[in-house]
Formats: sequence, structure tokens, C-alpha cells
Amino acid sequence: MIKLGVVYGLAGLVFAAYAILSIRDQTNPRRGRNALFWGLLAASFLAGDRFGDLGNGILVLILAVTAGVGRLGQGTGCGAALADRKTSALRFGNRLFIPALVIPLVVLFGTLVVKTWSLGPEPLLDPKQATLISLAAGALLAAGAAFALFRQPLITPLQEGRRLMDLVGWAALLPQMLAALGALFALAGVGRVVGDLVTTWFPMNTPAMAVVVYCLGMALFTMVMGNAFAAFPVMTAGVALPFLVHRFGGDPAIVCAIGMLSGFCGTLMTPLAANFNVVPTALLELKDRFAVIRAQIPTALPLLLINMVLMYVFAFRPHG
Amino acid sequence: MLILLGVAVVVAGFAAGLNPLLVVVASAFATGLAAGLSPVEVLEAFGKAFNDNRYVSAAWLILPVIGMLERAGLQERARDLIRGFRGMTFGRLMIGYLLLRQLTSALGLTSIAGQTQTVRPLLAPMAEAAAGEGLGEDDRQRVRALSAATDNIGLFFGEDIFMAIGSILLMVGFLDQSGVRLEPLDLSRWAIPSAIAAFAIHGARIVIFGRRLSRRTGT
Repeated sequence: MIKLGVVYGLAGLVFAAYAILSIRDQTNPRRGRNALFWGLLAASFLAGDRFGDLGNGILVLILAVTAGVGRLGQGTGCGAALADRKTSALRFGNRLFIPALVIPLVVLFGTLVVKTWSLGPEPLLDPKQATLISLAAGALLAAGAAFALFRQPLITPLQEGRRLMDLVGWAALLPQMLAALGALFALAGVGRVVGDLVTTWFPMNTPAMAVVVYCLGMALFTMVMGNAFAAFPVMTAGVALPFLVHRFGGDPAIVCAIGMLSGFCGTLMTPLAANFNVVPTALLELKDRFAVIRAQIPTALPLLLINMVLMYVFAFRPHG
Repeated sequence: MLILLGVAVVVAGFAAGLNPLLVVVASAFATGLAAGLSPVEVLEAFGKAFNDNRYVSAAWLILPVIGMLERAGLQERARDLIRGFRGMTFGRLMIGYLLLRQLTSALGLTSIAGQTQTVRPLLAPMAEAAAGEGLGEDDRQRVRALSAATDNIGLFFGEDIFMAIGSILLMVGFLDQSGVRLEPLDLSRWAIPSAIAAFAIHGARIVIFGRRLSRRTGT
């Protein structure tokens, strides 16, 4: 069975290559720091399971300090000149889109078709991780297609990958760090405390009031935790089931489905959802770290209001 | 109550503009210590969780091939392609993308697009080209930010219509434990009204933004 370990090994090798390319980059004044950062990440992917919990903890600490005290740098020498890229764009035309389309096609094929294949009694792909394995396979096949079409040197993907990776910098690690923080919050029982606070502070005498508390609570709690999945069990057990469903007779399917989507409105407004809101500001070279969130708030707030209305109107219709 | 110290650290740290990686580590320590763990135990718990969540960062494997395509001129080609379409306006491009992202996500195809693989190399340059020649730097930044936002909104308010997506399965599992039996379809069909509302609100914002933009660029 192909498991995530294969993907981790590949990622580790790529990060190791970034570290080596970093240390040799004379145009980057902070090359040592960059090399250390990507090198530690490579070590984590290649051998993280052998470091033990404390070893991994120390590794995270060094990673955070390396990127957080002082800053990572960027080389100036890499990247093709705009004129070269324009010439290349004219030369290859729409063929440039072929490798870009290979990625989604492979992901589709992997998650819909290959996922059902099996080797003897075992499935070929680890079913829980089929998407990530397919994505890695898609990246490899797309790179193969790009080599065949554009005849770039073998080092190009690593050089260009490092250029983009340095552009993203520390933000690349933030989603994983926040996921780990979420685990610690769960361990410490943060969710339970917040749930108790909400239910003791807000009176829920009417269905309308309970709808407002549940939807707002989902959005706010999601903003604090960084994802709606962490907020859902707490708010649903604390507010939705006892008040909306059991006391006021709301339809649980409608309440929960729209409650989760209210949480998604919160996801649009928090820097803690780093993958969606912080990483793109680095990828798109935006000056304002909150630019994506600012672009989302005017959609998220009215949508949150509409969710409340939808829940109130549909969940309490007479059943049957 | 002391447990919430970690949450306060995150909020304050992000608001103060400190490096988020350090803020997260500080919050982990505040939370762990408040919960009665020793510093070493906190480090162990955080290290284990970090190692268990490596799959989150493994998605960066996509960058090398994106870089290859950029070097070969993908962004420039994407711009040229949009300029070649006579009737392609900023609004039509972005609304088209929003609709496509919502529909494909509703079919469970959430991973076929994304910030790294479509927004940076394709959507953002296309949106800039569709916005016209006289785009100032501030507007260019706004166009890019709105491209990223449109991808997120299309994803979030499409994926829950698909029955086998993580959040739906989480809801079914959680409710089952709480004694409420529901089928995934019961939940996912109730994601449709919000999805329509999201399309209407964000689509309207795109149109308004596009009009202001064309007034400024004079196209």
C-alpha cells in the first residue's frame, strides 16, 4: 500500500535540496538562516518519527526562533527576467497550460479511480490520504510533462521551487504550527471552557436568540481556533442540541448544516486560518498581511446574517 | 478560565504584528502551563502534534512544478489569453471562476484548484489583465487579494454540498455520538441555500468592484 511516508520522503528530499541551494546562494545575505530553516524541515519530514516527542518539540522551537527572531532572507539572483518569460510565453503558447491541467486531472483520477484499486487484500493507496498522495503524484507527472515540453534543465524545478518557497518564507510553516496548537488546545480543554462561558452568559429564552448565539458563537469561536471543525463540537453540544433542537424542536440537520457554514464565515475573517488567509498574501506578494481577510469580510458578515435568517426560517417549520 | 490565556496570547500577538510562529509557540506554552503541564511536557505534546500534522506542509510539494511553469512563461501566457478575449471583463472572469469553484467543490473536487496551484499562476494574472492596462499598484494589490478571496469563498460555500467532505462526516459522526441519527445527504442539501447566498453576495461585490476599477483605469 502506498502510504503518506512516500510523500514525506519526497518532501524531505525537496526541502533538503532547498537547504543546499540556500547555503550556496551568494545573493542572499541571510543564506545560513534560510538553509537552517529548510534543513530542519527536511529533517522533520525524513526522520521526524525517530526524534521522539521531546526531540520534535525542540525542533519546532528552533524552527520558530530561526524564522521569528530576525528574519529569513531571499536571494536576488534567481528567477527569469520578464523579457525571457514573455519570449518563452510566445514560443510555447497554450501548450503552457498542459502541465497545469495535468495536476487536477491526476488528483481527480487518483481520488476517484485509483482509490478503488487494490493490491491483493490491501487498497493501493492509503484511503485516508488518497488526496495528498494524488496531489504529489500530480506534481511529479506535471513536472515530467513540463520537462518533455519545455526542455528545461533538471535543476530548474528545485531552483524555482526554492525561489517560491523563500517568497512564502515562515508563512509556509504556519498552518502546520496552528494545527499543532489546535491539538494542544484540545488537550487543555479550551473548547469546553469557551462553551461553558457562552451558555452561562447568554440568555436563550427564544428560538431567535438561540439561533443568534449559535451562529455568532460558531463564527467567533472559529475565528479564535482557526477552523470550524474545532468550534462545531463545542458549540453544538453547548447550544445547538440542548436549546435549538431539544427545547425548541429545531430540525437538527438544518441547524447543524447552517451552523457549520456560519463557522466558515468566521474562517474567512481570521488570520489563524493561515492556509487560506495568510499564505496567499505571501504567495501573491501583497504588502498588507491582512489584505485577503479585508477582501473577505464584506462577504462574510452579510452571509453570516443570511445564515441566521435561513436557520430561523427553515429549522422551525412544522415537521411532516 | 486561566486556560484561555493561550487564546489571549494568540489574539494579542497577531494584533501586535509579532512573528506568528513565535506567537503560536508562546500560546502553546501559556495553554499547556495553565493546564498544569510542565514546560518539558508542553514541548513534548507540541512536538508530537507538530510531527503528526506534517501532512499539512507536505502540500508544498506542488511548488517546484509551479515554478517551472512560471519560468516557462505561464503567467504571461495567462495574461495574453485574457487580453485576446474581446468580451472578457474583470467581473465576468471572477464570477466565472467563483461559479466554477463552487460547482466543482460541490462535486467533491476541492483539490483541483487552490491558492498555490491556480490563484498565483493563473487567476491573479488573468484578473490583472482583465482589469485593463492602466492598473495602479494599489488597485493591483486589491485585485490580487480579491482573487485569493474568491477562491476561498468558492471553496467554502461549495464543498459542504458534497456528501463525503470532511466537515459533513465530522457532523454525522458527532451527532451520532450525541444520539442524533442523520444521513450525510440530510446535512449536505441544507448547504445549498447558503451557497446560493454566497454566490449572490460575492458576485455582487465583484461587479461593484469591477465597475469602480474600470472607472479608475478608464477602460
